[in-house]
Amino acid sequence: MIMGLEYAFMRHALAAGTAIAVVSAAVGYFVTLRRQAFAAHALSHVGFAGAAGAILLSLDPYVGLFVITFLAALGLAWSGQRLSERDVGVGMILMFSLGLGVLFLNLYTANAQAAMSILFGSIVGVTTGQAWLSVGVASGALLLLAAMLRPLLYMSLNEEAAAGRGVPVKRLNTLFLGLLAITVAIAVPIIGALLIFALLVGPPAAAQLLSKNVFTGILTAVALGIGETWAGIGCAYYIGYPASTWIASLSFFVYLGATAIGPWRERESSDSTTVTAADPSGKGL
Amino acid sequence: MPAIEGTGLTCQLGGRAVFAHLQLQIPHGGFVGIFGPNGAGKTSLLRALLGLIPLQDGTLRILGGDARGARTQIGYVSQSEPKEAEGRLSVAAFVGAAWRGERWGFNWHLAALHQAVRRALERVNADHLASRPLQSLSGGQRQRVRIAQALVNPARILLLDEPLNNLDPQSQQQVLQLAKTLTRQENMTVLMTAHDINPLLPFMDHVLYLANGKGRMGTVNDLLTTPMLSELYGTPVRVSEHDGMLSIRVGDGFIPETSHHCHDHGAQP
Repeated sequence: MIMGLEYAFMRHALAAGTAIAVVSAAVGYFVTLRRQAFAAHALSHVGFAGAAGAILLSLDPYVGLFVITFLAALGLAWSGQRLSERDVGVGMILMFSLGLGVLFLNLYTANAQAAMSILFGSIVGVTTGQAWLSVGVASGALLLLAAMLRPLLYMSLNEEAAAGRGVPVKRLNTLFLGLLAITVAIAVPIIGALLIFALLVGPPAAAQLLSKNVFTGILTAVALGIGETWAGIGCAYYIGYPASTWIASLSFFVYLGATAIGPWRERESSDSTTVTAADPSGKGL
Repeated sequence: MPAIEGTGLTCQLGGRAVFAHLQLQIPHGGFVGIFGPNGAGKTSLLRALLGLIPLQDGTLRILGGDARGARTQIGYVSQSEPKEAEGRLSVAAFVGAAWRGERWGFNWHLAALHQAVRRALERVNADHLASRPLQSLSGGQRQRVRIAQALVNPARILLLDEPLNNLDPQSQQQVLQLAKTLTRQENMTVLMTAHDINPLLPFMDHVLYLANGKGRMGTVNDLLTTPMLSELYGTPVRVSEHDGMLSIRVGDGFIPETSHHCHDHGAQP
């Protein structure tokens, strides 16, 4: 059967990978729009420390991952713009949590493999429960994102004007960071804390370069995310090497391609500006 | 009934009084230029009118009603350049993001959205830019598009914070002409802060001058006089006119931006 779908582990990998690719791309579109990529990166490292801590305490690493990532997101939101957009503060959190993670690993030497899989992902080690959890959480996160889509977009493009019209910008920022934490928490065991950008930033950043409007942008990001994930898992199955490596490489080269195509399409459209000027049909919305 | 009516408006930020006991009477359809030295509270006043920062004291009525309820009818263009997408997000998408942007859930009224965006872009003479990426615009185009975003929802008051900053004289004239047209054709009330008073002289109806936590409002001729500004600043201020350009001297020094502007124009044939 194609891509080893007769094996349960491959079915789990594809189900969880797809769910995570979709939610990461959709949430990541706003992460790149709001320039919170570094905060997302730090959250994944905090999540690593949480998972390593949970392993040390003989708890489910998933629990540690969710709880600590979510608390870190609340902390970022609580500290407001002072921290969530300031590189140094976020970098400090990142550094401290990695340090803690190393300590937890050092104290618990029995199962280094579990920690490795959190750092670099383990897409073929997904259990049935993890696959269902990923699909369920991703669906919930997508619904939440759809509900807050318009005020989030308005706030991301013009925060002060949005606040003036009654968008609760502080609460919405907290909500979005919470959503980001959930996304990171389900993505980290699959793609890895260190490779979170492969799904959370790579596809949306490429989509930002390829699309002129928000909805096609989000859809492009989702399509790229799914495509890269499936291709990555497929390459790992047929060729070998870790799926994380394949997905990260595909994410990188797709982004590279988008940076080349974007300016080229730019010239195309600016050449035709004089023609379309007579017919401003409001396209590109 | 005035569009904006404030009595005893007092605003403190971080323990520092920005302005105190400010009286405001801004008529419908008026074009008000707001001036004053850095830190005099020009931006704070606009943000307080919008409810972004609290007023410690005073009563504020906007469009004849409670300020809170009227805020959805205020368009606001902030001074800070908003964060923008790094990619190719179009002008139409940028403007459209504000249309009923405070509402939750999905927007199903795509036809109405397109209509509102096109109408807003037409009003700022930027309809031909609709499908251009925001990043590719010049400074003047970008400022007009930002005004279009503020107009995409029905607005009767427009607050423009330093919209002329970093624009060449021609683009400044376009923004000023646009604001003037909105006041005359749509009876919109426009409040514009600016550093240099001279570009606004042919356009504005009223001057609001803020200094030392106090404010005075009046016509250009009434307000921009040596005694008025001396009282406001608390030190001798000289207002003089050369070739239709005002220069304002505080104490022994020029206000740099005003004198600089005079100098620029003097150099032109």
